[in-house]
Amino acid sequence: MSKPKVAFYWCASCGGCEEAVVDLHEDILGVVSAVDIVFWPVALDFKRSDVEAMKDKEVAVAFINGAIRSSEQHEMVELLRRKAQLVVAFGSCAHLGGIPGLANVFDRGAIVNQACVNAVSVVNDQKVLPSEETTVPEGKLTLPLLWNTVKSLDQTIDVDYYLPGCPPPVNLIGEAVGAILKGELPAKGTVLAPDIALCDDCVRRDTKPEKPALKEFFRPHQVKADPEKCLLAQGLLCLGPVTRKGCGSVCVKANMPCTGCMGPTSNVVDYGAKALSAIASLVDSNDDKEIAAIISKVADPVGTFYRYSLPASLLHRRYNGSTERG
Amino acid sequence: MSSLDNKHNGSARVGVYICHCGINIAGKVHIQDVVDIAKKLPGVTVAKEYKFMCSDPGQEIIQEDIKKGLIDRVVVASCSPLMHEPTFRGAMAKADGNPFMFQMANIREHVSWVTKDKGLATDKSKALVAAAVARVMFHQPLTKTQVPVNPNVLIVGGGIAGIHAALTMANAGKKVYLVEREPTIGGHMAKFDKTFPTLDCSACILTPKMSAVRAHPNITLWTYSDVVGVDGFVGNFKIKVKLRPRYVIEEECVGCLECIEACIFKHGKFKDEFNVGLAKRKPIYVPFPQATPLVAVIDPETCAYFRAKCKKPCADVCEKKAIDFNQKEEIVEVDVGSIILATGFKTFDASRVARYGYGKYPNVYTSLEVERLVNAAGPTGGEVVLANGKKPKSVAIIHCVGSRDANSNKYCSKVCCMYSLKLAHLVKERTEADVYNFYIDMRTPGKGYEEFYERLLLEGINFIRGRVAEVTDWAMTPDEEEKLVIRAEDTLVGKVRRIPVDMVVLAVGMEAQPDADDVRRMFNISCSHEGWFLERHPKLAPVSTLTDGVFLAGACQGPKDIPDSVAQAGAAAAEALALIDIGHVELEPNTAFVRDEFCSGCRTCMNICPFSAIAIDTEKDTAVVNGALCKGCGTCVAACPSGALQQNLFTDEQIFHEIEGVMNYV
Ligand SMILES: Cc1cc2nc3c(=O)[nH]c(=O)nc-3n(C[C@H](O)[C@H](O)[C@H](O)COP(=O)(O)OP(=O)(O)OC[C@H]3O[C@@H](n4cnc5c(N)ncnc54)[C@H](O)[C@@H]3O)c2cc1C
Ligand code: SF4
Ligand code: SF4
Repeated sequence: MSKPKVAFYWCASCGGCEEAVVDLHEDILGVVSAVDIVFWPVALDFKRSDVEAMKDKEVAVAFINGAIRSSEQHEMVELLRRKAQLVVAFGSCAHLGGIPGLANVFDRGAIVNQACVNAVSVVNDQKVLPSEETTVPEGKLTLPLLWNTVKSLDQTIDVDYYLPGCPPPVNLIGEAVGAILKGELPAKGTVLAPDIALCDDCVRRDTKPEKPALKEFFRPHQVKADPEKCLLAQGLLCLGPVTRKGCGSVCVKANMPCTGCMGPTSNVVDYGAKALSAIASLVDSNDDKEIAAIISKVADPVGTFYRYSLPASLLHRRYNGSTERG
Repeated sequence: MSSLDNKHNGSARVGVYICHCGINIAGKVHIQDVVDIAKKLPGVTVAKEYKFMCSDPGQEIIQEDIKKGLIDRVVVASCSPLMHEPTFRGAMAKADGNPFMFQMANIREHVSWVTKDKGLATDKSKALVAAAVARVMFHQPLTKTQVPVNPNVLIVGGGIAGIHAALTMANAGKKVYLVEREPTIGGHMAKFDKTFPTLDCSACILTPKMSAVRAHPNITLWTYSDVVGVDGFVGNFKIKVKLRPRYVIEEECVGCLECIEACIFKHGKFKDEFNVGLAKRKPIYVPFPQATPLVAVIDPETCAYFRAKCKKPCADVCEKKAIDFNQKEEIVEVDVGSIILATGFKTFDASRVARYGYGKYPNVYTSLEVERLVNAAGPTGGEVVLANGKKPKSVAIIHCVGSRDANSNKYCSKVCCMYSLKLAHLVKERTEADVYNFYIDMRTPGKGYEEFYERLLLEGINFIRGRVAEVTDWAMTPDEEEKLVIRAEDTLVGKVRRIPVDMVVLAVGMEAQPDADDVRRMFNISCSHEGWFLERHPKLAPVSTLTDGVFLAGACQGPKDIPDSVAQAGAAAAEALALIDIGHVELEPNTAFVRDEFCSGCRTCMNICPFSAIAIDTEKDTAVVNGALCKGCGTCVAACPSGALQQNLFTDEQIFHEIEGVMNYV
């Protein structure tokens, strides 16, 4: 019997998810011997045409990381969806929209202008902007269309499973691959990680006060965090209570608050809204002015509470008066 | 992505019943269209319409369908759940259905009563029915729990309403805590000389009731006190009362009032609140001779001892050693099962109508001031005199000051016509002056009221129909010199008149207490936009509030006279007694609960439960909600960051499916 075929692909992402696969270290050898990698642009020299040449559903599983924000990414994931029996959204960006999803606070025009004209490191006196079509003496050149709105993978194609995390923890990747190989899969749509929040096995939980209440919030560089005490109790915005566990609390162990890359548990519909109401519940004041002062210490609330999940939230993006879908 | 999808019982059978409410709904909503749509909704096995779903035959339709096994959950589209949710739940229970497998869609208050457009009304009704069906699919059978009712009662406000309610409850053998913020009970009535329409002496009918309150073994009277905390719920309230120091030990003071005599201030020097500023009092005083309790009060603002030093002759003269300058404010806590609010009203501030000259001309008085002037125990011993001490020869009484006026209050204060007639009679009796009553409409509905008006007409009082434009001292003729001139249009004669008088009485209207909003917040009830406490239903539940166990009596609920205040106080007492008699309250099962398997023990919920109903189970390291303490406010549910906390009747899946039900329709 031939080995199951596996594809990896990246969309709007930083490349960290690819690293995570490599981080399987020698375990990757086991994977490689059990499967046939048929597509992995970052590591192996296959072309889009190779994929196009495959039969539908020929690929057993496609792991796709990154958010979707261009016509090219959209075409590629649709292609992979056709060719693969299973699609796994791999990492925060594919899962919930991720860091690139924060672009949804702006619109395409503002982003392109910032990247190509206004950024301090850019010299572009003519204010030339990339356009979909450019005519040169040799003919027409085209670029993919950059979407106005960044999307999570399941907002563009049907997704079977999710591997959360920025990047997904190695042990979860291993378990997921193992389960797929053995055909022991949970219900479609499942997030392949424990369904409970990080506090559950946080080493610091017992230091959390009976009734946590906060008068002040800090950013990590503003205080020297006690390495043993609950970070939230120290006023650091640790999103452990809101975030699915499974990461081995690596950040918390490194004395950094959880930023929420693993996303919500299955019971939560909108991660950022939940994070906001949970954190707001800890504010220890009944005085409007004092509350405003405490809250004002949260720099960049959207970037804090929706850091990895703005596209997948109920709001998707900042309202920009248009119903333009792209 | 979420686990909220389609976990409902696949075999759910929903019955949908659309009510016409006579023409209340059917006049605006195409009922049949809604029935047709309902029939097509997933899960719906029966969809019917009926003229009055709440009637017995209406309820029987539901009951029969349950008994026939056609349905196991019910949606009624009709009026507000506030109105008939209990009716339909009750009907289901009688047919052995679970009353919580029920959802109501409000297509009357939220639809037919608020639009003229039949198309829109029908569309919205469809959307609301679709939402209710989508939601009820996720309902679970629930059971109510019972908790006992504490038979003690708290009454706030010791005016005639509070007094009457207190005596009624106490006579029925219940323990009453009566809290009054002034040094004496009595309220406004204690200030009057006579009361309309019978002209019986106010003190003669009130003071016996005041002393009965003081003497009653079942009544604990706390004057000079405020309620500062209310916790709990119907049947089981926890109340905190702050007793302000009066610097006189209440249990010791025998009311001889020697201390007041002995005070270093030989005469009154400070504003006498009880006499609405018409007299002066000393720093140590009793508001009036029949004050209850008859215990002196020391006002620390004006007492010399608190500002510099004083030899305290008051303390020396007191044989009972009742004066105690070290007295401190005290907080007492009591448990009660029901609460009656009887905090009364305040009179309209006449200076807000500048053209009537109150505060500008010394001989312009408010009605409340004149109540004190005509009072035999008042500052003038019952003489009606001008600022210069002389008797007025002519007096004008202006009705509706601060009432029925778009610039102040639109409502009618209900009592001013009647008390203006009373004052006209009393002023005429005491001074033989010419009395002119300026009224817009004479409002005298009530037993013996119109007859009282007739009597006044015969007594030679002048009645002029017309709103007074102005009170001025600008004389145009020699007759008007040194007088106050009333300019008004006499609408019956059809001409503008100028009437010179010596004294003007402004019949100020009734307004809600200035702190009504704080009080209603503390007791968790609502106010109308004018500030009157809101009754549960204007006709059918006039002394109940939307908070179970909190009742209203007297003018705090709206302008009313003494007979109505007393009647209402009796009704409030009866409601409270009924509650006590049943002995228990049934608690809605809308409590929160923790799903252990999802609880990370993060303790976010611990901080915010206003009823301290949540604890951490140290073995499992998960939160647990104490169902008996949980009031179903849902605060923790919103806060729980992992969705482990859910609330019966408001689970995420119920709410999200309800929203989806609407959205699928718009
Ligand atoms: C000028 C005038 C003349 C009137 N003449 C007549 C008449 O002749 N016949 C007639 O039938 N009606 C008359 N009325 C109407 C009558 O005054 C009211 O119907 C009656 O006083 C209402 O009684 P009550 O107990 O509801 O309110 P109130 O008399 O206002 O008593 C309320 C009591 O509650 C206390 N209180 C308020 N807030 C608090 C709080 N937060 N905590 C503790 N205690 C509080 C107050 O100090 C007060 O003692 C007259 C009204 C006016 C203005
Ligand atoms: S907030 Fe939720 S997860 Fe946290 S302790 Fe309470 S119930 Fe558990
Ligand atoms: S719903 Fe939650 S916060 Fe509200 S009373 Fe119940 S346990 Fe407390």
